[in-house]
Amino acid sequence: MNSILAFLGENIQMIYIVILSIFVGVEVIGKVPSVLHTPLMSGANAIHGVVIVGSIIVMLNTEPGDILLLSLGFVAVVLGTLNVVGGFVVTDRMLEMFKKKEKK
Amino acid sequence: MNQKYLLDIIYLIASVTFVIGLKMLSGPQTARRGNLWAAFGMTLAVLGTIVLHDTVSPVIYGLILGAIAIGTIIGWMTAKRVKMTAMPELVSLFNGMGGACAALISLLEFHHNVGEPGRIGIIMAGMIIGSVSFSGSIIAFMKLNGTLKKAIRLPHYNTINTVLMIITIASGVYMTMSGSESVALLLSVFALALVYGVFFVAPIGGADMPVVISLLNSFTGLAAAFGGFLYGNQVMLTGGILVGSAGTLLTLAMCTAMNRPLFNVIFGAFGETAVAATGGKTGGSVKDISISDAAVLMNYSKKVIIVPGYGLAVAQAQHVIHELEKLLEERGVDVKYAIHPVAGRMPGHMNVLLAESNVDYGKLSEMEEINPEFSNTDVVLVVGANDVVNPAAKNDPSSPIFGMPILEVENAHHIIINKRSMNAGYAGIDNELFYNPKTSMLFGDAKDALSKLVTELKNFIEFRIMN
Repeated sequence: MNSILAFLGENIQMIYIVILSIFVGVEVIGKVPSVLHTPLMSGANAIHGVVIVGSIIVMLNTEPGDILLLSLGFVAVVLGTLNVVGGFVVTDRMLEMFKKKEKK
Repeated sequence: MNQKYLLDIIYLIASVTFVIGLKMLSGPQTARRGNLWAAFGMTLAVLGTIVLHDTVSPVIYGLILGAIAIGTIIGWMTAKRVKMTAMPELVSLFNGMGGACAALISLLEFHHNVGEPGRIGIIMAGMIIGSVSFSGSIIAFMKLNGTLKKAIRLPHYNTINTVLMIITIASGVYMTMSGSESVALLLSVFALALVYGVFFVAPIGGADMPVVISLLNSFTGLAAAFGGFLYGNQVMLTGGILVGSAGTLLTLAMCTAMNRPLFNVIFGAFGETAVAATGGKTGGSVKDISISDAAVLMNYSKKVIIVPGYGLAVAQAQHVIHELEKLLEERGVDVKYAIHPVAGRMPGHMNVLLAESNVDYGKLSEMEEINPEFSNTDVVLVVGANDVVNPAAKNDPSSPIFGMPILEVENAHHIIINKRSMNAGYAGIDNELFYNPKTSMLFGDAKDALSKLVTELKNFIEFRIMN
């Protein structure tokens, strides 16, 4: 129990970020029209692709000889990139169509 | 200059672009730029992470860049080439990739952190949530693209799922508290979480997939945030939590649009009750209409409202329906589209689809504004939609969709319903609208039937000119 308490105390700044981000997340998409639900979901999907940063950190901290860890890390980076690149490109394609008809 | 501070500032900028990006994504005018801002922030964060880290072996740099290159090429090509109709399942698939990435990170970090319960707890949480998100998204993907057609329900599936969830969480807590180093145990928790993801999504019906994808989307956000906590990495933390909370709100907004509490979506009210509820109510005769009769009917109408649904998307009929609309407009018919908030497989799905075929934005009406107009509409053409026009939602309290706002098409003078067959919609319930005396059924694939309708209308017009 003590160790968990200490852990929370040591990371109190992170906990602040977490709580404030929750409110920002809720606030920021407060009144989204239902038309934009799909692109918004898709855009948010791309943003959580930020896990790729974690997978890159894993790779950077791995010894060059550790084949198992390197290959798993490699897979993680590929998957993370798919999430990021695919997510942003798909969202852009959806929104591109919304754009077209605004000009009309 | 200290590289660490520079990286912190880059992460700060990236976090701000995520907030601004999300904010802009929720307005139609700014949405596209918002997406690009977030993408820019992401690129910055990724480059910063690689460049500003202490130098490591070139082999590792090569591997990282190689992996990014592979992911970029595959992701870009898939996203560019996929058909508009397949968009929802693709979002689900990419979401699953992110979940898998988070789960892998946790797996890899486990052995570095044995003996630190706080960190192991975070690793367990990231792994379990990431794995559930991964396997769940893959099932959702398979359901949407038709590989898995029916909801799969084991007997007592709710009990099984709850027990499975408790076991998964308990084993994660056990790993945290016991300080176990066992890789076998770690892998069993991983496997349990994967199985739970499958069991979690498998019993949920196709109509609820958008809600499930949105929910799994916020799960992945949460998993990313746990990764951020682990590394003390602010950009992962803010990005993940933002998506986690915004995604949860979005999920709830979607549930509101369908008037279905999230609890019902997850623990499923559809199924057994639905069959019992509608068993006695329907039946009666269904009236067919021929292509030429439908063409004549619409040609002499003043006002036609088109109600598109998932059937339109499946048949790729968005272009031909636009052609039909233009043809009728030329004949002086007032044509509008009525878009139900949950038509298709995702909110906004129909808007995206019709925008692709250049349908004028002003012709698309949302449910609240179009509903009063049905009573002075001559013909409503329902294309591949079912549950969103089912009057049972208004007048049958025993119906599983009771309470869901619907398009009140039954108020129009004539209703033409294009469907492939008499099969029930995704909610799996019958539709009394089909047996309404004002309703005629135009059976056939949407694209096929609409093309014939267009040809017929053209012939009809030529015939009139010649005479």
